[in-house]
Amino acid sequence: MESDKPVDGDSGAPLNEDRRDFLETGTKALAAAGIATACWPFIASMNPSSDVKAKAVTTIDLGGLAPGNVETVEWQGKPVFVFHRTDEQIADMRSSQTQIDPEPDEKRVVKPEYLVVVGICTHLGCVPNRSGPDGWLCPCHGSIYDDSGRVIHGPAPKNLAVPPYRFDGERKIILGKA
Amino acid sequence: MNGTMSKRKRLQKWIDLRFPLTRFVKHELTEYPTPRNLNYWWNFGFLAGFMLVMQIATGVFLTMHYKPDAAEAFNSVQHIMRDVNYGWLIRYLHSTGASAFFAVIFIHMARTLYYGSYRAPRELMWWSGQGLLILLMATAFMGYLLPWGQMSYWGAQVITSLFGATPVIGDQIVIWLRGDFSVGDDTLTRFFSLHYLFPFLILMGVVLHLVALHTVKSSNPSGITLHAQDNIPFHPYFTIKDFYGLGLFLIVFCSFVFFMPEFFIEPDNNIPANPLQTPAHIVPEWYFLPFYAILRSIPDKLGGVIAMTLSILIFAAMPFLDRCKVPGGAQYRPIYRVMFYVFIVDVLTLGYIGSQPPGGVLTTVGEFATFIYFASFIILPFTSQWENRLLARKKDLPKEALKLIRDEVEERYGDSAREDMQ
Repeated sequence: MESDKPVDGDSGAPLNEDRRDFLETGTKALAAAGIATACWPFIASMNPSSDVKAKAVTTIDLGGLAPGNVETVEWQGKPVFVFHRTDEQIADMRSSQTQIDPEPDEKRVVKPEYLVVVGICTHLGCVPNRSGPDGWLCPCHGSIYDDSGRVIHGPAPKNLAVPPYRFDGERKIILGKA
Repeated sequence: MNGTMSKRKRLQKWIDLRFPLTRFVKHELTEYPTPRNLNYWWNFGFLAGFMLVMQIATGVFLTMHYKPDAAEAFNSVQHIMRDVNYGWLIRYLHSTGASAFFAVIFIHMARTLYYGSYRAPRELMWWSGQGLLILLMATAFMGYLLPWGQMSYWGAQVITSLFGATPVIGDQIVIWLRGDFSVGDDTLTRFFSLHYLFPFLILMGVVLHLVALHTVKSSNPSGITLHAQDNIPFHPYFTIKDFYGLGLFLIVFCSFVFFMPEFFIEPDNNIPANPLQTPAHIVPEWYFLPFYAILRSIPDKLGGVIAMTLSILIFAAMPFLDRCKVPGGAQYRPIYRVMFYVFIVDVLTLGYIGSQPPGGVLTTVGEFATFIYFASFIILPFTSQWENRLLARKKDLPKEALKLIRDEVEERYGDSAREDMQ
């Protein structure tokens, strides 16, 4: 029966087949790693390119924005509402609470005079309109947001998103960098 | 372990009842008989297939960032090179890939010519390959316009003008091809459309090429159809050999992509297309140079175009022109062997002539090389019959070898052919 088993050509000793398994597994693993590496540039090429990433930061000058007014600026291709609130509106927001997505006004602003929110309805992505002196109304499905960008009437499930931003001096906002 | 194996078996059975998967893998790979004596020149078909996949993959990803519009094309290529993640790599793979594809195809063709693989019963393989070559040339030519640089623009201008040599309706054909009175925005857009379409026609052509191959099976250096026991399964023996060859090929290919990516790109193509000024020294891509040299060697517009077209199409006549019934490659055919090497040197000479500015002694050399090019084909029927007679007189071969050769001739060409060899 010994003749059935494969033997080493040089020594005549029985062949250790586990060593062949190691070679085969090693080759396959290396090939798989190589293919995965070769795929990466193709996958990466579909991520935002440098010129798109360059749009990730927008500087906003607050100089011309009078109290009670909203300015819509473009940031990463999205509308961002910059709202210069009056003292009365600030006081209103500080004292009020919402039910759908409760969040205190203090947590939604860096400076209470300026509300900065992404102007995209959290329901299905339409741009809400300023609905009179106070709040925003989404034209698509009627969601309503207050002067802190908090949802006070559905179907939207969440408050308007607050983008990362910081103040550069008194009258400048750098949007995209917290 | 047993449980998972039987699950795998069950899945395999489920599929096999609905789709001949196991039968296909066995027939085309694990039991596909391949001559054991194939040398590395037989690797190039696989490499050509690899290049086709590579060009389609890189092309699809380039298309995601490229804009086929005369006003934006040049800048969108700069955008790919500078802004897109790894855009430089994907573009250099594609541009170097075009050259590598032609290099591989030319070697594949040279192998077929040297070993006489175009002869019976593989004529359809040769002709489908000829069709694929023409599609490849058309695809490469149209792709070259897309970066919209000076060389792109004037290359397209010159090549589309060739169709103007058509008698009577030449001008109308040129305008129809361009969709404009000169190469313009509409030309670019239609070239882009067809440049995306043709690779898929090539893919279908490759399938036909492979179906024909798996019907007649691979030829081999000896030219003798091997007995069953002299064939080995394609997988794993030739998959391993092909992948090893691929590794060697990729070392050369990647050296160009990473260290000399601009080697195959004319510097003038970094200047945006200008319809009002032709570059001082305009040359086609290297893979068109021999044919371009033939075009320039004929001092007549229509005659030049005809000669250039013929210089490509004439390969299709090889199964008819080659009357030699000696099986096997040029190593067994003293006259054909000399003709093969003369032809290779002649094509290289034409390539050099094509890359140089016209005029002077080079024009004369070009005309002479063009003459040799066509003469090689024209004298082949006579020299190949002479080789039949040479072998018939050869008595010093071992009996076994003579018997193998005569059996092979009879199998390929029938009983009557045997007498030619007596």
